[in-house]
Amino acid sequence: MKLRLSQIAHARSGDKADTADIGLFAWEPLGYAVLAEHVTADALRLHFAHLWPAHTLPPHAAVERFDLPNLLALKFILRGALNGGAASSLRSDNLGKTIAAQLLRMEIDIDTRQAEAVLTATQQVLSDF
Amino acid sequence: MKSVRLTSGLGFYGDNWSPVLAAIERGNVNYVCSDHLAELTLAILQKDRQKDPSAGYARDLLPMLTQLWPAASSRGVKFVLNAGGLNPTAAALALQTLFASKGWKARIAVVTGDNVLDQIDQLQASGETLAHMDTGAALGLQRDEWVFANVYLGAQPIAKALAMGADIVLTGRVADAALFLGPLIHEFAWAADDWDRLAQGTVVGHLLECSGQGAGGNFGSAGVWQRIPDLSHIGFPIAEVDAQAHVRLCKAPQTGGRINFHTLRQQLLYEVHNPRCYITPDVVLDMGELELHDLGHDRVQVRGAIGHPAPAQLKLVAGYRNGWMGHAVTGFCWPDAMQKAQAVAQAVQLQMQETRLPHDELCIEYLGHNTFLGPHASPLGADDANEIWLRMAIRTRDKQHADAFPRLFPWLALSGPPYMGGFHGMPPASQLLGLWPTLVNRQAIETHVDVQLWEAA
Repeated sequence: MKLRLSQIAHARSGDKADTADIGLFAWEPLGYAVLAEHVTADALRLHFAHLWPAHTLPPHAAVERFDLPNLLALKFILRGALNGGAASSLRSDNLGKTIAAQLLRMEIDIDTRQAEAVLTATQQVLSDF
Repeated sequence: MKSVRLTSGLGFYGDNWSPVLAAIERGNVNYVCSDHLAELTLAILQKDRQKDPSAGYARDLLPMLTQLWPAASSRGVKFVLNAGGLNPTAAALALQTLFASKGWKARIAVVTGDNVLDQIDQLQASGETLAHMDTGAALGLQRDEWVFANVYLGAQPIAKALAMGADIVLTGRVADAALFLGPLIHEFAWAADDWDRLAQGTVVGHLLECSGQGAGGNFGSAGVWQRIPDLSHIGFPIAEVDAQAHVRLCKAPQTGGRINFHTLRQQLLYEVHNPRCYITPDVVLDMGELELHDLGHDRVQVRGAIGHPAPAQLKLVAGYRNGWMGHAVTGFCWPDAMQKAQAVAQAVQLQMQETRLPHDELCIEYLGHNTFLGPHASPLGADDANEIWLRMAIRTRDKQHADAFPRLFPWLALSGPPYMGGFHGMPPASQLLGLWPTLVNRQAIETHVDVQLWEAA
């Protein structure tokens, strides 16, 4: 079953010079396990390839992931992804603030029963928000 | 046990200070710590200073304190602000003049030494390579390309200013979290190597430095941001901290926004890069064991920051002139809005070829369709879009070529595809500015850091 990350996670992005910086947060622990398994640094490299010069796939080292199970969070940095960064960028979103939304559009294909369990648990957390 | 309450001031140059007034009046705070300087703000301030040597600081300082000082001074609330920008001394002078005109008294401290634009040659002569921090590239910039060069100072000069008796501390560039850590070091006399407490104080600073973002503003989510109440009256976060570095976050009563596990962790990881190794001038923070305990009613307890020894080097960010951007925007109405926008993008590219307009890069965006989502945008529906806006931008070395770019558009009004609207003239070329982050030996910088206390006017 296909899930969009927006169904099970929230995210914020920003910049430091030419590096994009994204925090991805599962709403609850089952979702965190799914994110940790499927949303790899390499998956982001492919998902965001268009952000690098000439829309080409960057080297593996350009994308790094940090895991924070204590916060049910994954942190990603994308080096060289901001068109020079801030006031060097030609883009409307020169600060990379909307890149988190692009990440929430990512789809993952997981076992239906697992997906349903995550969605149910997520709904429960959201009902308390 | 004694505890200290800090609140966010502004989160950037141009932010709203009504929530700060609410924190002063109803949040029982002791300090307002205000971050006016995003990475690029110094470039704006440099342009001000070029026009007027007595400018170069964040001008919102004056109206902000005009409104906040009466409420703050009657409650003994102190301010730490990096609004000094490129000219903290001029900011202090302007503030002193303002206070004198109002008959207000305040001791103002000024922290200088972060601005090293005039010392680049010396730094290089003393062996600093100033190689790019992220790419390792050697510094190839020419002297006349530099716009600003400032080092991120730490919390110690701020603590020192408060120990001297300052009511208002004005700095230039300091690490954002240092604005908050400084008062904590001063209040609790935390040792410079009390790493875990300094780490907790740094977490406090990081959670508060972006004002509303630490209280449910810009809460990146699908279908959940709507549940954050009354953003129009958002309460900026307030941290209550004691000497043992126990930390609790809250906000002023009768304010909007939301402080909970979810809104706080979004801010906690915001722009920190490696959260296991967040390097600041005062401590290297490891968030790997950090816990946020939701206590309900917009209160969260923060525990478990781990600190490692402060780095031997400080971060320097230089801004440099990096060419020009020429750009134009125009809109197209149904029918065939997207086809027309694409046809015009092609026509403009053809003109660029025919006129041999020199450029290093071209950016094409279809505003309202895929500007932000790029290839992850949904395809257009069967009936085409109601409207599409075309934005084109080019990167050039020379200003004249950037200025020439929007002149490729006006003819389209009478000779291009139908129903084009919203072409609002030809925007002037924008100067592009690059950022050059690098590292310098901290001793070379810290020997020049100075804290001056200006007695009440």
